[in-house]
Amino acid sequence: METTSTLEKTLRLIALTLVVVFFMFPIFWIFLMSFQTNETILAIPPSVIFTPTLSNYAALITGKLTTAAGTLDIAFMRNLMNSIFLSVTSVAIALVLGVPAAYAFARHKFKGSEDIAFTLLSFRFAPPLLVLLPLTQYFQWLGLSDTYFGLIWVYQLICLPLILWIVRGYFEDISADVEYAYRIAGHSWFATFRKIALPLAGPGIAAAGLLAFIFAWNNFVFALVLASADKQPVTVGALAFVTSSGIQYGQIASAIVLSVTPTLALALYAQRYLVEGLSLGAVKG
Amino acid sequence: MTTLQLKNIVKRYKTNTVLDNLSLDVADGETLVLFGPSGAGKTVLLRLVAGVIDPDEGQILIGGEDVLDIDAEHRGIGMAFQNFALFPHMSAFDNIASPLTATNATKEAISAGVHKVAKLLKIDHVLSHHPKALSNGQKQRTALARALAGSPPLLLLDDPLRNVDAKLRFEMRLELPRLLAAQGATVVYVTQDYKEAMALGDRIAVMSQGRIRQIGTPQDIYNEPADIEIARLFGDPTINLLDVTPKSGPEGVYVELSNVKVALPGMPAGVAGQTCVIGLRPEAIAFTNAGAPGAIPVKVEAETPLNEKTVTLVLTARGREILVSRPAGTPGPLSGPAHIAVNGQAAFLFDKESGGLIRSAATPMTRNGEAA
Repeated sequence: METTSTLEKTLRLIALTLVVVFFMFPIFWIFLMSFQTNETILAIPPSVIFTPTLSNYAALITGKLTTAAGTLDIAFMRNLMNSIFLSVTSVAIALVLGVPAAYAFARHKFKGSEDIAFTLLSFRFAPPLLVLLPLTQYFQWLGLSDTYFGLIWVYQLICLPLILWIVRGYFEDISADVEYAYRIAGHSWFATFRKIALPLAGPGIAAAGLLAFIFAWNNFVFALVLASADKQPVTVGALAFVTSSGIQYGQIASAIVLSVTPTLALALYAQRYLVEGLSLGAVKG
Repeated sequence: MTTLQLKNIVKRYKTNTVLDNLSLDVADGETLVLFGPSGAGKTVLLRLVAGVIDPDEGQILIGGEDVLDIDAEHRGIGMAFQNFALFPHMSAFDNIASPLTATNATKEAISAGVHKVAKLLKIDHVLSHHPKALSNGQKQRTALARALAGSPPLLLLDDPLRNVDAKLRFEMRLELPRLLAAQGATVVYVTQDYKEAMALGDRIAVMSQGRIRQIGTPQDIYNEPADIEIARLFGDPTINLLDVTPKSGPEGVYVELSNVKVALPGMPAGVAGQTCVIGLRPEAIAFTNAGAPGAIPVKVEAETPLNEKTVTLVLTARGREILVSRPAGTPGPLSGPAHIAVNGQAAFLFDKESGGLIRSAATPMTRNGEAA
């Protein structure tokens, strides 16, 4: 194992490069497209040499989209703000509700606990479209359609089971003895939860939060049906670029770049927390 | 200092009864060793006392007070776990300080308390380390220090030496009695190592399958094991157990080993004809000359020097294996045919079916004296 030949190294490098190129190329191409006009994008053959333009970004930020057919108002920045607001709030609520629930499911086997946990998970089995129709009706009766409150509530269907099940696994991995030791030392169960369980499951909670955020951010169909234009996130807002005078590829590309940036930044930031602490194995020698 | 009483404790997990109507009294300042194979329910018992799990039936009294309604954090117990259970995200200092931070102690008092117990356990130089950076021995000492830090009147030690190497275990076995005596606490100590049990216990409670099989001083248990299983667990090398059917003669009860009569003085005549198991500790058997009275012919198979004694494996004419032990340095046959003599006074007789000890009129003290 220690002696890897040069040939093996080279082959490995080539294989890795292929994989990276395969996955990164679309992102790279989108990035390039966001600096091009529709004309250069649609030119045949496509070229990587072009005069970059910021017009796409300018259009998005000012909210004025000039097309051959005239000027259109687009609410992209509002969509972006909606996305951030909806995702952050949903994940925050899901964490506040889900982490204690996960702890309860991990540590206390009460009557029906498995059933409840499974029911919560089963929300993720059904295709969203299946629940949308009844949900729309209920929301209209309740006056929740087209409200942030209603959307955030529905987003719990996405975030809560995810956080519950991932974090539960992390809590279960903490040796019960470690928690017992803290309690026997004279601390209440709540202090034990706060000082022992939470810090030790920290990386797991971060990972679950990040995943939930990405799922919430990428949600399309709930927001499409349950919210009107001024409350819709970027995923739905991107539809606005399919205009009567054609598809605005340049604006779509820059919109994608802008909407991917927050999740990417979050993922990069959370990465060190995900790795750090995962190796805190001090229970056994 | 306090007392601990368990009364008719029952603990079940689903249909599996882990503790079966168990009662136990631990006196003030006593060190009681719970000894038994894994799965005997020792750890469950400690957890019940600590208050992290509840019994299905029975009472637990600490200092005469029923503690079942008292949460773990208010029972005033110190506990060390077999797997150490250190808090991985805290330094050794914070680990040891955890029983003190639960009180209203000042920072100075906490620091003084931690340093005192750390010094006692010789880990004051690693207090800033996280558990990850500690050696196994240091982890074990940190766990012990944490249990001692709050000066709890009742200490529960769950096989604390299980996960440390032999050398450290030996050191700690010497050190612990002094440490525990200095604490003055009442101690319940769980172990699977009979030497540890003998070295540390004022009394030993032998557990198996959720019951206490025998309780007594280490000498009691060694000299009068209540059944075959206990006889087998206590003693190194293991006791020799041979199926026999005792006979009764004018001189009393005797058994025949390879057609040689071995008298069992003090045995009740009623055992004659009963299917029994004779238990012979290796030190109750000695090599002898061919013509000597009671000499049993054997063949020497193998010899193992065990520091202070030499253990020889011999085969009887019927092919039964017997271990013979003698003080190291004394002469003995190395191979080939030899003869052994059995000290019938030091023999145990068990009922084959129930496994129970058949009591002899000979007192344990004389047996012990004869055997040594």
